[in-house]
Amino acid sequence: MYGFEWDTATPLTYAWSILPIILIGLTVTLKAAAAGFSIALVLGLVFALLRRSRVKAIAWTTSVVVEFLRDTPLLVQLFFLYYVLPDYGLTLPAFLTGAIALGLQYSAYTSEVYRGGIEAVPRGQWEAATALNLSRTDVYRDIVVPQIVPRILPAMGNYLVAMLKETPVLSVITILEMMGLANMIGERTFDYLVPLTMVGVIFLLLTLVCSAGLHWLQRALPKAGIPLQ
Amino acid sequence: MTQTAPAPIIAFDRVTKRFGALTVLDDFNFTVAPGEKVTLIGPSGSGKSTVLRILMTLEPFQEGTLTLAGMSYQQPNGTGPFKAGERHLRQIRSHVGMVFQSFNLFPHMSVMRNVVEAPVRVLGLSRAEAECRAVDLLALVGLADKKDHFPAQLSGGQQQRVAIARALAMRPRVLLFDEPTSALDPQLVGEVLSVIRSLAHEHDLTMLLVTHEMRFAREVSDRVCFFDKGRICEQGAPDQIFTNPQQPRTREFLASVLG
Repeated sequence: MYGFEWDTATPLTYAWSILPIILIGLTVTLKAAAAGFSIALVLGLVFALLRRSRVKAIAWTTSVVVEFLRDTPLLVQLFFLYYVLPDYGLTLPAFLTGAIALGLQYSAYTSEVYRGGIEAVPRGQWEAATALNLSRTDVYRDIVVPQIVPRILPAMGNYLVAMLKETPVLSVITILEMMGLANMIGERTFDYLVPLTMVGVIFLLLTLVCSAGLHWLQRALPKAGIPLQ
Repeated sequence: MTQTAPAPIIAFDRVTKRFGALTVLDDFNFTVAPGEKVTLIGPSGSGKSTVLRILMTLEPFQEGTLTLAGMSYQQPNGTGPFKAGERHLRQIRSHVGMVFQSFNLFPHMSVMRNVVEAPVRVLGLSRAEAECRAVDLLALVGLADKKDHFPAQLSGGQQQRVAIARALAMRPRVLLFDEPTSALDPQLVGEVLSVIRSLAHEHDLTMLLVTHEMRFAREVSDRVCFFDKGRICEQGAPDQIFTNPQQPRTREFLASVLG
């Protein structure tokens, strides 16, 4: 596989010899999580704003879509996008499909986070913005979004970690991410312990890094002038 | 006596405003001349703040017509969002500014950005020009040295003065003060009142003030309106209202607040 030889003499040499493959998988995992989370951050905000639309039909339709995305398993959505859509003439590459599926599912979650954040902006802020004759776009861009960022950060961080840990499910649509590769190595060598332990440890490290990054952000934001409530 | 009065800048024509079953303004008529300084007094729930909030287009109303700076709008049977279009409302708003009881400064913006935000976004001024004007306005309210502070670093009185500068930056023809000193510690009331007092000398600026500071109302107003149960029960020159009120309800109210 990938032209690598592995040495199963001792667990340590075994781990060392498969590390390059696991790291290739790690880059796929990270790329999928980054792409998926970017989609979730943008699309979630779009959903949250559409649900606040004054046009009832738009708000209602968005609610139904969000509810649907949230209430169906990621696995089903993945299979659907990857194996059913091609029957209707839409074939997407595996990685893109995976990123879209992760992004769609998590955008349903993030839209709720955004919604909570927007609703927590005090009434007085909206009224002051109206009194200054700011347009709705200005209000969201300059008043609402900057104020909700510190408030929604912890919840968004949780979803990032959750999504990261859910990336192994992408292996079912042939994406060779870290977990899928570890599994394949296990199948070849009949030794699952070492590769799966490595994957577990790497996920743990990733999660710790995310948490540390989040703490740092929460400390850095007030210094950047955005007060935490 | 052929002198013609100038066209009113504000005219409520038979406006009725209800919150559910509660009628807050009842067949309400009220006009204000350009440049006039009017104080609205009365017990809480008598509708005086609602008058300001309707003028600022923060509240819809159900019946009647409101004319502001020559532009009218009405909301026949409106209970939900404003019936008038957003563009029309924004045009009306462009003449009005408001100072709130709880300041409502934007907490994530410096004092300077609070003041320049709307002039840049709405009036289309360049940032440099807006900041230049903001410096003058902050000097006017005595806070030129605080321009880089954030609201949380200021006292309530200072925050309210910034809010006044922010409202003035939009060059409103009508400035509304909704209990501007009610949320302040007693020792901070004076600094805000002195800023409002200095604005009262501006001839072109129409001011509507809802306040419980009776001495101040008497000092700065051209006219005092006593509100009771969604109507103006009595109005007149401050000296007349405060020394010689005609209505029993006015006498009662003044006796209770002046002690």
